[in-house]
Amino acid sequence: MTDLTQGIPIAAQAPRPRWTGALAWLRANLFNGVTSTILTLLCAALIAAALPPVIRWALIDAIWSAPNGQACHGAGACWAFIGEKFRFILFGFFPAGETWRPIAAVVIFLAMIVAACDRRMWGRRLALVWVIGLFAVFALMRGGAFGLSTVETALWSGLPLTLVLAVVGMLVGFPFGVLLALGRRSRLPAVRAICVGYIELVRGVPVITMLFMASLMLPLFLPTGITIDKLVRAQVAFILFAGASLAEVVRGGLQAIPRGQIEAADALGLTYVQRTRLIVLPQALAMVIPALVNTFIGIFKDTALVIIISLFDLLTTAETALSDANWQGFYVEAYVFVGVIYWSFCFFMSRYSQLLEREFNRGRRR
Amino acid sequence: MTTDEATLTSARARPALWRDAKIRGIAYQVVFVAAVAGFIALIVHNAIANIGRQNIATGFGFLHREAAFGIGESLIEYSPADTYARALLVGLTNTLHVAALGIVLATILGTLMGLARLSSNWLVAKLARVYVEIFRNIPLALQLFFWWGLLDKMAPGPRQAWQILPDVFVSNRGIIYPVPLSNPAYKWVVAALGIGVVAAIGLHRWAKRCQAATGRQFPTGWVALALIIGLPAAVFLGFGAPARLDVPVLKGFNFSGGDAVSPEFAALLIGLVVYTGTFICEIVRAGILAVNWGQSEAAMALGLRSSQRMRLVVLPQALRVIVPPLTSQYLGLTKASSLAVIIGFPDLVSVANTTMNQTGQAIEGITVIMAVYLSLSLAISLAMNVYNRAVALVER
Repeated sequence: MTDLTQGIPIAAQAPRPRWTGALAWLRANLFNGVTSTILTLLCAALIAAALPPVIRWALIDAIWSAPNGQACHGAGACWAFIGEKFRFILFGFFPAGETWRPIAAVVIFLAMIVAACDRRMWGRRLALVWVIGLFAVFALMRGGAFGLSTVETALWSGLPLTLVLAVVGMLVGFPFGVLLALGRRSRLPAVRAICVGYIELVRGVPVITMLFMASLMLPLFLPTGITIDKLVRAQVAFILFAGASLAEVVRGGLQAIPRGQIEAADALGLTYVQRTRLIVLPQALAMVIPALVNTFIGIFKDTALVIIISLFDLLTTAETALSDANWQGFYVEAYVFVGVIYWSFCFFMSRYSQLLEREFNRGRRR
Repeated sequence: MTTDEATLTSARARPALWRDAKIRGIAYQVVFVAAVAGFIALIVHNAIANIGRQNIATGFGFLHREAAFGIGESLIEYSPADTYARALLVGLTNTLHVAALGIVLATILGTLMGLARLSSNWLVAKLARVYVEIFRNIPLALQLFFWWGLLDKMAPGPRQAWQILPDVFVSNRGIIYPVPLSNPAYKWVVAALGIGVVAAIGLHRWAKRCQAATGRQFPTGWVALALIIGLPAAVFLGFGAPARLDVPVLKGFNFSGGDAVSPEFAALLIGLVVYTGTFICEIVRAGILAVNWGQSEAAMALGLRSSQRMRLVVLPQALRVIVPPLTSQYLGLTKASSLAVIIGFPDLVSVANTTMNQTGQAIEGITVIMAVYLSLSLAISLAMNVYNRAVALVER
């Protein structure tokens, strides 16, 4: 009767794990039950079936140098094709002797993007860096000064063109988008209606429509006798489109501002412009920076659509390289090469936006 | 008395006009509307002048003229002798066809991948992650070219066609697959399926009422499954199981029999599904993660099985987070189907592009495209909003 309650308590101990170290990890993560084991085996079989042929094709059986396309058709990839077309895919029709100029432009772009990613740089200094950088890019690509020969925009192609379209589209589209978002949140019904109409119209139609519009309709809208560069036309389309997309992102930030902030600003006697510039926008924009980066990734990917108005961006130069009669049939090689370039940019930016999101949420997380 | 009068007079002393917020607001709006209207008027004026100078016809009269161009594939009857209106209709049906199939398949792929990313199995989760990271970060246009290059330009002729499944062949004529030979029995099987579905829905309603009234549960799932699958199967067997397939056979230089989808359609569909699937995957994953873990724990404490926990507790709450961004993915897929034009699939944009090139009537062509996509966007938004209302949190 009394034994049970009077015994000396034994210190609680965790049961000894049956598996330890790597085995425990394997058991917990790969062979945790029947379903999990079957899934693991299926995935392993999939990898075992897919990976070796891909490696054989891409590395072991690949041909790294060949005089022409006929000599390059084998069991593996023909990287000689990329070696041959490398310059054309990246820089297109830019005069061959001047290749250093688009290279320098791309390097400046990369430096500008890296600078923008450093949060210590955010502010006036960054704006200055970007203004100088963009000016340098334009000077390098266009020439006509500093002893550089003039290069028509029709010859701008490849990676620099893709970067110009995306970056300028975003930079000019951003203030436009902020204005549209403010207009959409305005108390004035006519302003609101026009902004809502514009945003919904542009977002409701495919980007291709905007490009068609810019390339086919824009010339009709200009006064007789004025012609407009094809690159500028595409750029206008991207700015109009980016403005509408960014407006929706900014609107999210504006809606998240507590009403008390606006009332406090009004109580201090700030005008609408002061209130927006000093109180509303700094908070709203800070909240949506990760979403802005994601929008930029979207715009960057959408620049690949300019192929339909035959501007020679990175994708179009790859397509053009594929039509060379001496080097025929290397589709996968060309698309993999271009795909890796696009992928690196987008992957880097998406990781950066995730990092920002984590940092900004640090205060809100428990 | 005097103080009252004083307040009244001071209230009557209106501030200067430009200090009155209301009047200022009206003035701003008048200026803004005038500026926008002026801009539009300028554009229209220029357009009229330019069109007049270039002798471009205006108006939608061209819709009734003969199109005189062929269209590669069409769900409805079409020949080059038909009108432009008919050609655009063919493009529209093709767009709807690929968009509807794409939405269904992308949802399935995205949901599976979203669940896989959350799997406790390390390998499954990593593979799903690799899929997302690869295909999300490459432009859709490039992916379409890749699939098209693979299916159209790299694929062999019919005589050396790749056999990917029994009786399913990939060649540069498209993907060829067997179809069941038509048989009167199929009509009845489909009818039985319809009856089964209706009966299952009725059963579900009855079982719910029954549970609410008596607390007794009825094995709805199994009985419904039996109704939906068993009824058509019984009818099928009753007709003697007429399962003859029309199998594609190589005859001379091409396949005969079976059915085929063109390389363009297949490339477009695969590209759209694989690309949109990555975004849906992330949406599903975020939606499920958004449900508080305490909800799952509470469900476990109540003794619900893991399938019940998912179906009755987690999913209804996750859907509230999932549906709004899912809607925009559906809209995005529908709009992205316009990329068909770069690989030559005759969707609406592609047909309208040909029309614009032939007639020179860019404004009308783009108006048609915009009107169609705006109505499509509106229709999808409406449908998804109705669904969203059904799953949204009902607050008191």
